[in-house]
Amino acid sequence: MNNQAEIIFPALTQNETFARAVVAAFASQLNPTIEQLSDLRTAVSEAVTNAIIHGYEQDSSQFVKMRCIIEGNLLKIIVRDDGCGIPDIDLARKPFYTSKPELERSGMGFAVMEAFMDQVTVTSAPGEGTTVTMGKRISHGE
Amino acid sequence: MEINAQKRGSKLYAALVGELDQHSAEKVRIMLDTLIHDITVRELTLDLSGVTFMDSAGLGVVLGRYKKIHMRGGKVIVTGVSASIDRIFKMSGIYTLVERK
Repeated sequence: MNNQAEIIFPALTQNETFARAVVAAFASQLNPTIEQLSDLRTAVSEAVTNAIIHGYEQDSSQFVKMRCIIEGNLLKIIVRDDGCGIPDIDLARKPFYTSKPELERSGMGFAVMEAFMDQVTVTSAPGEGTTVTMGKRISHGE
Repeated sequence: MEINAQKRGSKLYAALVGELDQHSAEKVRIMLDTLIHDITVRELTLDLSGVTFMDSAGLGVVLGRYKKIHMRGGKVIVTGVSASIDRIFKMSGIYTLVERK
């Protein structure tokens, strides 16, 4: 089974809940376990928060794009912003690194995405936005 | 996000109810900081059993409160930690700073 959906929403933190709910609802057709759903919600929340807080600096005139793709039992989630981009991706992915300590960000966003998904790739360049592609195989519930 | 707090002597118990993400983090931070502004608070227990969702923004909130309480020689305890929250806490190594009950 292949399927896909895309949502576009302004860079408002209110939309984090919305993005999580969309992913959970879309993924439900793969019959995931409660734990898998929880993993997806957490990983998506991290990626969407990064786009809003870091990519767009909470500029709500800008839009985050989130695409969900099902290929067989693989669920892919692509979160894209056209914001400021990441100058050093390796540094940004390092646990505990944060460019916003004043917001009490823990610097664990990418580490959480990596732990909760099977694969995470980040494409970014300064001034050219950031695309986070995450994949997780959803085995059918026991 | 709602916080139900009770203070007994130097101990403050705060039960968090709702979702703890970047959106709610600032409000939670302000509410908790108002509660621990009272410098007689030396032990802060955060009951997370009512937290239906938490990501790394929540971790930042807990770590931030730990820093404040630790500075005055106090301690922070977390309780009611779900499996998903536990995974994030374990990854961060927060249990070397904050006690889990």
